[in-house]
Amino acid sequence: MLRLEPRAQPSQWMSYASPLLAIVLMLIGGLILFSALGKDPVEGFRIFFISPLSDIYGVSELFLKATPLMLIAIGLAVGFRANIWNIGAEGQYIMGGVAGSAVALYFYESEGPHILFLMIVAGSVGGMLWASIPAFLKTRFNTNEILVSLMLVYVAQLAVSWLVHGPMMDPDGFNFPQSRMFEESALIPMLIEGTRLNAAFLFALSALVVGYIFMYRSFLGFQMQVAGNAKNAARYAGFSAKRMVWIGLLSGGGMAGIAGISEVAGPMGQITEHISSNYGFAAIIVAFVARLNPIGIFFASLLMALLYLGGEQAQQYMNLPSSISHVFQGMLLMFLLGSDVFINYRLTWKRD
Amino acid sequence: MNLDIIESILFATIIAGTPLIIVALGQLIAEKSGVLNLGAEGMMAMGAVAGFAVTFHTGNPWLGVLAGMVAGALMSLLFAFVVLTLMGNQVATGLALSIFGGGLSAFVGKPYESEVLETVPTFRIPLLADIPVIGPSLFNQQPLVYLAWALFGGIVWFLYKSRSGLLLRAVGESPSSAHSIGYPVIRIRYMATLFGGAMAGVGGSFLSVFYTPLWVEGMVAGRGWIAIALVVFATWRPFRVLVGAYLFGGVMVAQFFVQGSGLDINIPSQFLSSLPYLATIIVLVIISRDQNTVRLNAPVSLGQSYRPDA
Repeated sequence: MLRLEPRAQPSQWMSYASPLLAIVLMLIGGLILFSALGKDPVEGFRIFFISPLSDIYGVSELFLKATPLMLIAIGLAVGFRANIWNIGAEGQYIMGGVAGSAVALYFYESEGPHILFLMIVAGSVGGMLWASIPAFLKTRFNTNEILVSLMLVYVAQLAVSWLVHGPMMDPDGFNFPQSRMFEESALIPMLIEGTRLNAAFLFALSALVVGYIFMYRSFLGFQMQVAGNAKNAARYAGFSAKRMVWIGLLSGGGMAGIAGISEVAGPMGQITEHISSNYGFAAIIVAFVARLNPIGIFFASLLMALLYLGGEQAQQYMNLPSSISHVFQGMLLMFLLGSDVFINYRLTWKRD
Repeated sequence: MNLDIIESILFATIIAGTPLIIVALGQLIAEKSGVLNLGAEGMMAMGAVAGFAVTFHTGNPWLGVLAGMVAGALMSLLFAFVVLTLMGNQVATGLALSIFGGGLSAFVGKPYESEVLETVPTFRIPLLADIPVIGPSLFNQQPLVYLAWALFGGIVWFLYKSRSGLLLRAVGESPSSAHSIGYPVIRIRYMATLFGGAMAGVGGSFLSVFYTPLWVEGMVAGRGWIAIALVVFATWRPFRVLVGAYLFGGVMVAQFFVQGSGLDINIPSQFLSSLPYLATIIVLVIISRDQNTVRLNAPVSLGQSYRPDA
């Protein structure tokens, strides 16, 4: 019968192969899912994974969707490497969007480059403030950051709902729960004419570079890596655990906040209740699939963005709910966590 | 505040606390064996949609609860396979299960979004229900309310009076010792995890079949996570789970208090809705301030993979 046998040492090769294996398994799972729904699996596959990329506009949409995912995932990866589980990026994203929108609405009908700059600053501060709650409670009272950051997602969703029904509601908007449309100077400049891709994508790319340097070239990044791999070694070396909690959560919160701005000041152009499409949770999957590596995050974000676009296509052409994207996302992460067993174990056949 | 209002507040509190009791007690059993399944939210969502769909097609709410139970158990089986057989990280896998369950339930439930079920009548316990105020709110309730009490009694007996319960706790405290004296650690953990999943499914089906009774995407609204927090808050003791669940139930129906108070105050509904989440954070802070209590009561091997060396 099949048995798992421990490897003498973890397989380096397998740690890169396992995400690819997970992607293949997800595709197979998708084919089965399409068949189970009575759809032609090949056609479903084509609509979901190929057709979103058939023209320049489609590719630009892919980069647009990948932008917030890259931003959030690189921020989260910094904390995850030190085993700081910020699960509430979704809430930090929303609060960043809220803070930036407040700036945009405050400067309504005025102009100047300072508006967008202040929005980005406010966005990152908003995200960091929201993340500082679990950081403070963790360092001060040892409260579990997973549950606290997650609870704050629900609070943030309710907060934005209240704001767009009240203080931030468009006064000329016939009582629709949404803000005014932002003015030109509160929007991120476009990159390519005729598409929705904006400069936030370049910002996300530079964030990946900065993240790479921090993780692999800085002493602090090294400390956090050690703390993640060997907690006691880090303590023995005198690395401050509290400082790492703060850095881990604030980097995730700050980047999630900027991602929130990239959405409200980008494709949305206003703030509504539906500011997020679960980017904060999808980015967690991105970070895992990428093995917390910035280069991996680039590719995993594109894959995850493709799952979003595929879901939209499936809704349009196959009459399937767009939540099928989340099914694929969840499958991908489950398969990845399962495949990871082969990093430390190999499959052998033994006769009993 | 007159008696009628107190009665209806108590009634609503008991109902709101019931799914939390069922889910949290299931989690408690899984955690006692050393398995931390953060997928409760996803399992509840699947239980809710399965329960709704089956009740909708058969007209029988009890078949719906059964379907919810099976759906929750199947979800937890997936989790158990990844963390117990493939030794995956429990935190990450549980999170994946929550995302997966949320997505899958939204997907499966789409056709049912505009449907409503018939309200299931309450079940009146003779005599007890005639007690003033507490009688009607405690003893003229949804049948699952009584089942939650029975579950509580059963779990107290199982954990502290039965041999199997002792074994379960031994596995959670020290899997290697349990293994060395010949007990099947992985099989016991599988069973405990499946039980936790089944209860999460029942809790989910309670929401969609008895409580609302309708299906909306995201209707579990964090109750799975609150149940997980509740187990920590209860320091892994069933009685505290029961009390804590009703406390949270009271927080969840806070709008009744405001309406019942007769005061002319205008509190945004979003603020009232956020109270359970804020309360969760507050109780977590209170309980984690005293790390010794948590450490003494938490199952020692909680969240850690175990591989018996054959």
